[in-house]
Amino acid sequence: MDALMLDGNAVAGLLQQVFGGDLTTAIGTCGSCGASGPVGAMLLFQGAGGVLRCPHCHAALIKIVSDDTRVWIGFPGLRALQLAITA
Amino acid sequence: MSASAVPGRLTWRFADVVGVSPETPRVKTISFDVPGWPGHRAGQHVDVRLTADDGYQAQRSYSIGSAPDGARLELTVVRIDDGEVSPYLAGELRPGDQIELRGPVGGYFVWEPSDGGPLLLVAGGSGVVPLMAMIRLRAALGSDVDTRLLFSSRTWDDVIYRDELERLQGDGLSVVHTLTGAQPPGWTGYARRVDAAMLAEVGPGPAQRPRVYVCGPTPFVEAVASALVHVGHEPSLIKTERFGPTGG
Repeated sequence: MDALMLDGNAVAGLLQQVFGGDLTTAIGTCGSCGASGPVGAMLLFQGAGGVLRCPHCHAALIKIVSDDTRVWIGFPGLRALQLAITA
Repeated sequence: MSASAVPGRLTWRFADVVGVSPETPRVKTISFDVPGWPGHRAGQHVDVRLTADDGYQAQRSYSIGSAPDGARLELTVVRIDDGEVSPYLAGELRPGDQIELRGPVGGYFVWEPSDGGPLLLVAGGSGVVPLMAMIRLRAALGSDVDTRLLFSSRTWDDVIYRDELERLQGDGLSVVHTLTGAQPPGWTGYARRVDAAMLAEVGPGPAQRPRVYVCGPTPFVEAVASALVHVGHEPSLIKTERFGPTGG
């Protein structure tokens, strides 16, 4: 375990800023092990950017890098992302 | 999704400090009035942004400790002496000051009264803050949902919200402390880190299928989450929120 590890809750604000809605309750499916779970429960490892990893197999699911004016978001290991559609 | 907290694109808002009160020697609660605040749900947090004179910005997340209450919200902040943000929030802010914040954010680590119970809340240090929002909301609604708070602190003087928790006990709420550092003379409560045996004694047990919320520093959350699974709680009913040493 890494003491610097956090979870998806810690990037809720950034993701909401980008996607215009809460993403922590969205359900992600891991492309490696197939486990599904909310983004808020993914494990966040921070360095130069942030990597959200599968809590079951630790595969990198979402990568986030930002500077003052832009954000890059990649989905290297996510098979699907399920979001509630609100009326 | 609560109608009072429809998420949308986040905007930074100015928040007026209306009160500052000490909780422990290192912890303060700051009350804000936030014009245009859309309301929040128990367990959500805000992002706080400080801007220095030269334009340098530092940003941190803080859980909201107060129950939903119009444009009013309270943050409880631990002062990390070498931190960038917390010494200012917990040391310098005075009523009449303004800071920038955005939110509420996070819909995952949230309890809605309609979710029901029983509830098992496990807090490490300032991890009690979002759980306190749930406890206060429950009390404000006159709910008698079976709620157990297992609260780990270093010493009795480090227990955040200690007096209020004493007052709120009863009506289905029980508060159990464990003091992992030093204990006051005559202490008969727990004096060790949270473990599976303690969780089993505090209950509710897995058969009652409690909704479990765990918040604290990362090592605390990891240890408690595995102990909960060891005791037999269903992983899908356990929600966790971690904060790190960089939180200052």
